[in-house]
Amino acid sequence: MTTVFCITALTTLASAVAAMSLRNLVHCVLCLTVSFIGMAMVYLQLSSQFVGFAQVMVYVGAVAILMIFALLMTRGGQELFMREWRPMHWLVGGLVSLALLAVLVGSILQSPVIQNTGPVDKVERVKDLGQSLVYEYLLPLEALALLLTVALIGAALIALPPKQYPIKPQPRENS
Amino acid sequence: MWFEDLLIQIKSVLVLNAPEGLRPILSAMLSATPILSAFGGLFAAVTLLERKMLGRIQNRYGPNRVGPFGIFQPVADGIKMLTKEDIVPKTADHSIHFLAPLLLLLTAMLGLSVIPYGEKLVAIRFEAGIVFFFAVGGAAELAVFMAGWASRNKYALLGSLRAIAQMVSYEIPLILSSVCVLMAAGTLSLDEVAKSQSGSMLSWYIMTPWGLMGCVLFLIATLAEVNRSPFDIPEAESELIAGHMTEYSGFKYAVFFLAEFVAMFAMCALTATLFLGGYHPPLPILAFIPGPFWLFAKLMVLVLLFIWIRGTMPRLRADQLMEFAWKFMLPMAVINLISTGCWIALGRGSLGWGLSALINLAAYGALSRWLSSRPNQQKRTYRFAEGPMHAA
Repeated sequence: MTTVFCITALTTLASAVAAMSLRNLVHCVLCLTVSFIGMAMVYLQLSSQFVGFAQVMVYVGAVAILMIFALLMTRGGQELFMREWRPMHWLVGGLVSLALLAVLVGSILQSPVIQNTGPVDKVERVKDLGQSLVYEYLLPLEALALLLTVALIGAALIALPPKQYPIKPQPRENS
Repeated sequence: MWFEDLLIQIKSVLVLNAPEGLRPILSAMLSATPILSAFGGLFAAVTLLERKMLGRIQNRYGPNRVGPFGIFQPVADGIKMLTKEDIVPKTADHSIHFLAPLLLLLTAMLGLSVIPYGEKLVAIRFEAGIVFFFAVGGAAELAVFMAGWASRNKYALLGSLRAIAQMVSYEIPLILSSVCVLMAAGTLSLDEVAKSQSGSMLSWYIMTPWGLMGCVLFLIATLAEVNRSPFDIPEAESELIAGHMTEYSGFKYAVFFLAEFVAMFAMCALTATLFLGGYHPPLPILAFIPGPFWLFAKLMVLVLLFIWIRGTMPRLRADQLMEFAWKFMLPMAVINLISTGCWIALGRGSLGWGLSALINLAAYGALSRWLSSRPNQQKRTYRFAEGPMHAA
């Protein structure tokens, strides 16, 4: 528990809480981004540079932008909801979170990582990571690539314009 | 070499004379200060240079009132920007409106920290340096969005959304075209990439067919990534006022400009490191001139190229820009990876050189023929400009 770790952990947790509780959805996304960056800092402190930078690249550079686009194209980021107290929602949400927490804690306690409490002695080499990706975990990597490609093609298909051209100029509303 | 040793000597003397607790901070600051001041000064010089060159291209003088030949124009600009009133719109989201220019400048400046300025002059020696560079570059998109959204202005929001769409699209060919160099050098660390191009000009990666193609693709994507002409539609003055910077005035506006220029310098420095041999001189005989000089010389050549392009190319339309990214740049970058692979597999000799050139030429020919042979799809219709309101 170094000071740096405490600062990172506190920032990450605080921004995660803020992301859940702020009223303005755009503020929530920005806070969530801060907590993504905090996660990347944790990876950096575990001396795995590549994973940390990749986390920033993917989550800050892509996922946060994606969420912002989704937000602006649906609700405009201005709508306030969750105004009233709904006990049912809180109950279900709490149960799901508890179940998730139980699964995570259980799997962490069972994993061999928990026995290894000493300082990280082996600095992760990017080369080792790449080699384990293309030798040991080749099949999952290819499956993921295939999945992403399928998702991309699907998105392009949905976004294709309908066949009937030319689009007629639409009359203006409210004029 | 003597120059780098001198700098390192100065730094070690300064650090060793400081009290024990202050040393890490002092060391970090001594690494950061030269970079920040050098690029800040370069920013001032390049703004003047850009205005002068654009003036020449457009057959006028450019700024020539302040000092001899107008060389003190950046000082006058700075004073003007500092003394201007800082106006924040009443409905703006104040904290985000304030944070956006700072975040943009931060992301631009952080990229400079991993560039090798000399064999021993690297501020931070990351093993995954280039991933760091692109990761902080990706955060710039978020800053642009924050600026546009927090201004509570339609033009600003439109401009920032255009900017994000453009930056996200061009980031893919940008990264893919740099991957070919990483494949050839076999590392992700930028100082190792620069080290692998030592020797004469002939060992620079731009001297291989895949390197030339990668460099051209990288430069085009860089233009789009830093929102410079001809890809400056996010701040197209005639359509969107100033895009995400519309509601910024005074010093914050200047910070946006500074961030834009520093991002351009960082990208040019990265191009020089990846393709143009970094800090290595073009001929081994010129090695007595220190490495930082060569890096800055290459950087300035690229900056001049950018200014030249800005003065002579018309702005692209938004849909042309997207088509170019996804239908030309992306396939070309992927084929370039294959050609790099062939070059490496055939032993990096003349055989690989020829095959790589053949693949790239064939791909370029086929792709450009295919793209230009398709009939133009439909007549463009404009929903709001051609509606019944405008018919009469």
